Amino acid sequence: MRKTLAVARKELRQAVRDPLSLLLLLGLPTFMLLLYGYTLNFDVRNVALAVQDRDKSARSRELIDSFTRSGYFDLVASLPAGTDLEEVTERRQARAILVIPEGYSRRIASGETGRVQFLLDGSDANSATAILGYASGIAAEANAELWHAFLRNAGRGSLPLIRYAPRVWYNPELRSTHFLVPGLIGFILMLTAVLSTALALVREKEFGTMEQLQVAPLRTRQLLVGKTLPYLGISLIATVLILSAARFLFGVEIRGPVLDLFAATLIYLIGALGFGLFVSSVSHSQAMAFQVGVITSMLPALLLSGFVFPIRTMPQPLQWVTYAVPARYYLVILRGVILKGAGLATYARQAGFLLIYAVAVLSIASLRLARREG
Amino acid sequence: MPVAVETVDLTKRFGEFVAVDRLTIAVEEGEVFGFLGSNGAGKSTAIRMLCGLLAPTSGSARVLGVDVTRDPERVKRNIGYMSQRFSLYEDLTVRQNLRFFGGVYGLFGRALVEREGWAVGMADLAGMEERLAGELPGGWKQRLALACAVLHRPRVLFLDEPTGGVDPISRRRFWRQIDEMAGEGITVFVTTHYLDEAEHCHRLALMHAARLVALGTAGRLKEVFAGSAVLEIGCPRVVEALSRLSREPWVREISVFGTRIHLVVSDVEEGMRRVRGILSEEGNLPVSVDRIVPSLEDVFIHHIEAEESRRRDDSGSGGR
Repeated sequence: MRKTLAVARKELRQAVRDPLSLLLLLGLPTFMLLLYGYTLNFDVRNVALAVQDRDKSARSRELIDSFTRSGYFDLVASLPAGTDLEEVTERRQARAILVIPEGYSRRIASGETGRVQFLLDGSDANSATAILGYASGIAAEANAELWHAFLRNAGRGSLPLIRYAPRVWYNPELRSTHFLVPGLIGFILMLTAVLSTALALVREKEFGTMEQLQVAPLRTRQLLVGKTLPYLGISLIATVLILSAARFLFGVEIRGPVLDLFAATLIYLIGALGFGLFVSSVSHSQAMAFQVGVITSMLPALLLSGFVFPIRTMPQPLQWVTYAVPARYYLVILRGVILKGAGLATYARQAGFLLIYAVAVLSIASLRLARREG
Repeated sequence: MPVAVETVDLTKRFGEFVAVDRLTIAVEEGEVFGFLGSNGAGKSTAIRMLCGLLAPTSGSARVLGVDVTRDPERVKRNIGYMSQRFSLYEDLTVRQNLRFFGGVYGLFGRALVEREGWAVGMADLAGMEERLAGELPGGWKQRLALACAVLHRPRVLFLDEPTGGVDPISRRRFWRQIDEMAGEGITVFVTTHYLDEAEHCHRLALMHAARLVALGTAGRLKEVFAGSAVLEIGCPRVVEALSRLSREPWVREISVFGTRIHLVVSDVEEGMRRVRGILSEEGNLPVSVDRIVPSLEDVFIHHIEAEESRRRDDSGSGGR
């Protein structure tokens, strides 16, 4: 125990001695949260809409109104007839164009179908899909009103209708930051924890001090625990910083028990640190450890965790791979505790997986590192 | 005297390459044992096996009676190790380095403070405690490394080329400390390729191409020249003289030392006369021939050449 503490004290001194590395460990996570939090925004609002109203009737203005009233569209231009519509989207003047042809209101009045064209810039598929959804909704609503009016005029009174009243739970404004922040925490912690331990251990190898530790009566366990303990502490502090930043900058409140959140984070971090040890056992230099660490920790936590891309829509083989990505389980717990206010008990299965991962990766890493001692 | 370090047929292979070939030695307690040989002769590999840094391929090694492969932890508690790289934490201060290595060896509290004070005195680092180890000059770093290696009072100290890259004054100082430690009963096992350092050792082992080729005190090793003498020859055209003289049957050994030739002969007077005669005939003048006391270098060259010719004979019969 005393030997472990001697190693931990030394490691902490080295980590704190260099202000740059400390800044990296504590500041980078918060910085990344800011960066990603503000840039990774999937919300589609205030879409620039141009309108070419060739009908110029009360009915056509009403349709345009229902688009702008929805809050999703901003009217940026009224295009006169004969405008090159393609140029408008090419110059990014507008992302969507509503074309109401001449005779639109006349056709409707005479009981025919009123045709309207909706042109959309589909180069960004994600937001285009969302915009298309909004536009269809607005059109459907306009149609329903039309029906109502038609029936009323025909003296038929009311029409049986489904009144559809959606209510969104946990993230009522459907703000993607609420959804993304937990993912970001998982991703950032994984990256910094893996890198800090991997680099710390490889540094000993590079400077030859590892040899000195190997001739000392120090067990592998004492060495590894001593070396990772400071980074566990630093990573927990980083977690507090990230959560505060999320709270004050993005308004993401933790609805569930904070203690449960930290318990899950602790298990997750132990796994991440263990993985860092593993990375160090396969690397010969700090540069190599850095590259291996970034690729093996960042990419899975970003792409295969359900952070950005839903796991359910992945091809089956890729879905199997995600079972080995700890961020996948951590994310479910984080979203549950932060957004839904659930406790860890609800996510016992995910916590169990995290624990299995931590134990497995730590065993493999310490076996690999112990074998080196010969 | 009890035996401190003992190896029997200790062998290390890296794939096809044999780094240490059936090394058998016994080092007594309190002895300063020098391990000599050129780079790549296998000295470091041998010492790394003794410290438990490398597992032997075959054979056995015991330190203080404990088998290094069976109970490495017990061995590690009683040995100190210092390599030419002076494995210190350069981003920690002198004191922090001492505290850390003390802690790793299980020293704490008063015992640690006391040993720390002792180490600062021994390494003459008083007043430098708060300096970063990386800022110290080479010789100081080496003293700090030695202090860290002996903080826990090891009974056997392994030094792997401890004076590499250190100035001559620091080297002399260093050897004085080694002598003192040996006086206190610490066994010192040291590798070096500086032959002047070998004179500090009680006994010497010479390794060449993975094998032990000579073992004994410096005086004993020089006895290989008993019944013969070493002549030192000076002349203008050294290379020519070397090839001419090496053809003579009465020349037992010949080698170049700088601008001079060393020649081993059985009969001093006869040898001197013949050398003068041959070189005068060749016009390789002026010639000087003196009898000299053989140095360790002569001894090693003798042994290495003998070993090489033995191996040449072996490979003729399909050995190696």
